[in-house]
Amino acid sequence: MDAIFIQILNGLDKGSAYALIALGLTLIFGTLGVVNFAHGALFMIGAFCAVTMQRILGLSSTIIDDTQKDFLGNPLKVEVPYVQSWFGPEMGAAIQDWSVPLSILLVVPVMLFVGYAMERGLIKHFYKRPHADQILVTFGLAIVIGEIIKAFYGANPIQTPMPSAFVGTIDIGPVAYPTWRLVYFLFSMVIIAAVFAFLQFTTFGMVVRAGMADRETVGMLGINIDRRFTIMFGIAAAVAGLAGAMYTPILSPHYNIGMDFLVLSFVVVVVGGMGSLPGAVLAGFLLGILQSFASMNEVKAIIPGIDQIIIYLVAIIILLVRPRGLMGRKGVMEE
Amino acid sequence: MLNTFSSKALQGNGILGKKVEFVTGDTQTKSDVARASAQSMIQKDGVIMVNGGSSSGVAIAVQGLCQEAGIIFMAGLTHSNDTTGKDKKANGFRHFFNGYMSGAALGPVLEAEYGSDRNAYHLTADYTWGWTQQESMQASTEAIGWQTAQNVLTPVGAGDFSSYIAPVLNSGADTLILNHYGGDMVNSLTQAVQFGLKDKQVNGKDFKIIVPLYSELMAAGAGSNIEGVFGSMNWNWQLSDAGTAAFVKSFGEKYGFPPSGSAHTCYVQTLLYADACERAGTFNPCGVVEALEGFKFDGMGNGPTEYRAEDHQCFKDVLVMKGKENPANQFDTLEIVEVTPRAQVEYAPDHPMFAGGDLGECNPGA
Repeated sequence: MDAIFIQILNGLDKGSAYALIALGLTLIFGTLGVVNFAHGALFMIGAFCAVTMQRILGLSSTIIDDTQKDFLGNPLKVEVPYVQSWFGPEMGAAIQDWSVPLSILLVVPVMLFVGYAMERGLIKHFYKRPHADQILVTFGLAIVIGEIIKAFYGANPIQTPMPSAFVGTIDIGPVAYPTWRLVYFLFSMVIIAAVFAFLQFTTFGMVVRAGMADRETVGMLGINIDRRFTIMFGIAAAVAGLAGAMYTPILSPHYNIGMDFLVLSFVVVVVGGMGSLPGAVLAGFLLGILQSFASMNEVKAIIPGIDQIIIYLVAIIILLVRPRGLMGRKGVMEE
Repeated sequence: MLNTFSSKALQGNGILGKKVEFVTGDTQTKSDVARASAQSMIQKDGVIMVNGGSSSGVAIAVQGLCQEAGIIFMAGLTHSNDTTGKDKKANGFRHFFNGYMSGAALGPVLEAEYGSDRNAYHLTADYTWGWTQQESMQASTEAIGWQTAQNVLTPVGAGDFSSYIAPVLNSGADTLILNHYGGDMVNSLTQAVQFGLKDKQVNGKDFKIIVPLYSELMAAGAGSNIEGVFGSMNWNWQLSDAGTAAFVKSFGEKYGFPPSGSAHTCYVQTLLYADACERAGTFNPCGVVEALEGFKFDGMGNGPTEYRAEDHQCFKDVLVMKGKENPANQFDTLEIVEVTPRAQVEYAPDHPMFAGGDLGECNPGA
């Protein structure tokens, strides 16, 4: 029973990441009609914002310590982080310790800008082109972004620890579960709720929803819907970036991390229903949990390798039985 | 290292009077990419020796290609038993140690540290290296009295291993052996620690994690999670012999950090190839093979070493390592627990874990 409970928690945790990425994908598809294969790259940029914040807070002055030797036998160069010089060793170390949560301050403006620049600089030229063109150009863009990150940060995973306050496990009912994973789940809930609230309870969100339903009519009312959709692209990028940054203590970021999530997230979008925001979230959690259960030894003993194909099996079944997905609008993907 | 190398055939003026030129390619640790890259080097650039790679899948693929093309392959980081076992080739040579040697070196140390009554759970990368590493570790730990609770194969590049780690909690195992390498090891170890395994007690014993194969990059990537975790290495920059000191000095002055075990094995392999050409008086692959087979040397950082003729595997001492408890600086991640003598890690050429292969005939190429 404990094993089942812990796999549910694992599934919710994995599903959080899938749901956040799929939410952004759906926002972009629902507003702009663009199939964005560079969305995984946005997740990756967010993760590297956390790495960058860690490095910014680690910027240091160098002093020579004659009493110690380095590996070559030369006097040791000791790095003293500026934050520790400015705020004192204890406070400085505490600030560095919280580099991942603090990176949110960097992620939001950077990702809004990246999203805006991406949409204005490239994506807008492909609105009226076939989906195949959109997929090709955004997939190419993802590869370019990955290579740029590799050139700057190298190809190896970079350790990005969580704050020490969240190290270890927390008791949830009968099981102990990693504290940070629970934090990540709660964080994703807040982000998802914020996005829904923004769309549901603000005038801006209402216009966007109207535009998603009938873009031409909203345009005829004199509303600049394109500008709002551009902003939504930025918001979708920010959501992906936040998901990436906060995921770094769970999965050490590397230049290809976005690709690992991209395909799964597209499956999530298809299963949830293209263009359906609640569908993306529901399918994210559902597939996360299914994937976790499929990884159980008892399940794999019955169907070997099921953990690797379960998500795609579900996608095939959904596409056959209900092409519009769990919560997709009638007619979408059904023509 | 030229000065400490026991063979004095090389004079530091090229090989057989020829200037050495080289090309590089990124394998992306993917067999198909590596094979295509090596193919291009052989056909377009006319290379006569291929060196490197950082995956057994890559090594076996490129070694097979080099055999077909009549090129010498001096393997880089490849630790699968298969590279010089069932997939060995006459044109291929491995200086790096292998899974069997890791198991043989770690077994007695683990018995001394953790006793002979343990129940081990294996998470294993699902490819040639993982399979042979797991087989070797299971054999060596069962030889000291441990039981094997379960062996679970995990996909390479899984990223999030939580689904595989969670079942360990209720398995009754008191030891987790992570037969993972590179990014997978960084992630699986980090996540195992996040799940509280290092703080857990099972059957009155402290839960332990073992990582059979270490590298400096992995140690740096895993950070404090490796503290107290046992593993093994082919070579480490902290060794105190003259060959190591010379290599660490020249490498460190150029790059600003100590060389990794991979850098060491690739450099040594290049020197060994160059030396073999000089001694053979030819670049003909079959002449080089003859010069390398059974070659005994010293001064390269591993103590007395031999390239065994029967399987083209180097035999030498192996290092048992442990994650440093209180690292003094960013390079101080691992400590040498024991230098396991060659005799303890040696095996017969027809050992069952290496069976099924045949070196075949040397291919002199075009």
